[in-house]
Amino acid sequence: MRLFVHQLRSEQLLFWRSREAAVFIFVFPLLLFVLLGSVYGGTIDGEPASSVLLVGMLGYGVANTAFAGLAISLVLRRESALLKRLRATPLPAATYLAAVLASTVIVFALQAVALFGLGRLFFDAELPSRPGSLVVALLLGVAAFAGLGFAATALLRSSEGASAALNVVLLPMAFLSGSFGPTRRYPEVLQALGDVLPLRYLIELLDAASLKGEAIWSRPGAVAVVAGWGLVGIAIAARRFRWEPREA
Amino acid sequence: MSAITVRDLRKSYGGSEALRGVSFDVGVGEVFGLLGPNGAGKTTTVEILEGYRRRDGGEVDVLGFDPAGGQAAYRERIGVVLQASQLWANLTVAETHRMFAGYYERPRDADEVVELVGLTEKRDARVKTLSGGQKRRLDLGLALIGNPELLFLDEPTTGFDPTARRAAWDAIRTLRSLGTTILLTTHYLDEAQQLADRVAVLRAGEIVGLGTPAELVGGSLGAEIRYRRDGEVVVLRTERPTEELHRLTGEALAGGRELDGLEVRRPTLEDVYLDLVAEEEVR
Repeated sequence: MRLFVHQLRSEQLLFWRSREAAVFIFVFPLLLFVLLGSVYGGTIDGEPASSVLLVGMLGYGVANTAFAGLAISLVLRRESALLKRLRATPLPAATYLAAVLASTVIVFALQAVALFGLGRLFFDAELPSRPGSLVVALLLGVAAFAGLGFAATALLRSSEGASAALNVVLLPMAFLSGSFGPTRRYPEVLQALGDVLPLRYLIELLDAASLKGEAIWSRPGAVAVVAGWGLVGIAIAARRFRWEPREA
Repeated sequence: MSAITVRDLRKSYGGSEALRGVSFDVGVGEVFGLLGPNGAGKTTTVEILEGYRRRDGGEVDVLGFDPAGGQAAYRERIGVVLQASQLWANLTVAETHRMFAGYYERPRDADEVVELVGLTEKRDARVKTLSGGQKRRLDLGLALIGNPELLFLDEPTTGFDPTARRAAWDAIRTLRSLGTTILLTTHYLDEAQQLADRVAVLRAGEIVGLGTPAELVGGSLGAEIRYRRDGEVVVLRTERPTEELHRLTGEALAGGRELDGLEVRRPTLEDVYLDLVAEEEVR
């Protein structure tokens, strides 16, 4: 426990000290929300547009922080032999990974609070009608996307291009899943593509808990899809994750 | 008493044998040097002892542990400087030391370690502003922070300028005087000669020479006699320098000639080393 707390504090120091991470992971989704919120007005499907966007941006934030951000930082650490160096200390691997995950949760929780704050402040967005279910859905999302983030770390071979590769996955996924606005008028092919991605189902759960007053348990199918993707990610990571740089 | 015991250590990568039955002991408090050209198996040996790699065969005992077990209790007692690793660019020297100190039960004082590796003036500097040599000293500091009994240094001064190398050597000597056992790999002969109590020379996964630098130098080649004849340098290597010199000077005196540039010298560790690692090609 002492080691976990120590590592969690270290991870927080590292995250906020690194300006690239803090801007790209923390500030960028907030900025995107303010920009999109200023563009979309009125209602979407009978809900205030700002509230719908807020839900979409929460989903994007989960994927950005727990999937892309986590994977980029772990690939960099692996390739610079930092992970290897840490393995020579008494810090257990499980404690380390738990602290990395907990630190990700903290960053995202602050981001979620900031998104709601901005939503209230500028766009009169609604507060979630089922806050408990929303928190559970967000934690499920962070866990599932972190599993995919560990898988991406295991599959990416070098730090060059890791960021580009992850964003090539992340941004289209967010677009197809409705992070940046409703997908109802997208061509059918794009909608079908979105229908197999985990982010669409996470956003569905967030939307249900935040705007429709439905508990997370009322959407077992969506829960299963999100959890299933997470488990696939963990299975890949368990087989392929390496602590040492990939030798050329 | 031995800190490290290695018996018939074997390791293959794919089909190629990286280690073909390596055996040596390192005493408590000893500085032991592993020498050899690239690819001889130095790093493979060290990484097995550090617990990074599993051996294919042989016995290994380090401080009473089998490193392959990967216990935290073992890592509590060792310090590691990897051949190449980077640290957090945005943390300061002192912050990095404190971060690593937190991983150990009984760490050394961070400021004390910063001073020991000569980074006191840089203690509040971000790691990204350090020179290559300073970064390497930071690596050394982090290896020391847990107050290890045994230190693994994998090519600790590669890429250093001469001044930085002297400073690193001084730090390593200080550690030895504090009783730390050190296993050092290097491909600098002078470094081994300066620091190591004993050295093992590895070639293609086998130990081809083992002993104190003086034993290695004394044990093999005898002496080297050089002189010039008709402007050409003649080099004689002999196990019996007295006899050879007597013959040479006798001939010269009888012929009324001077042996220009006459020189008799003991081989250096470098001569011995080059001889040891070159034998492969001769066979």
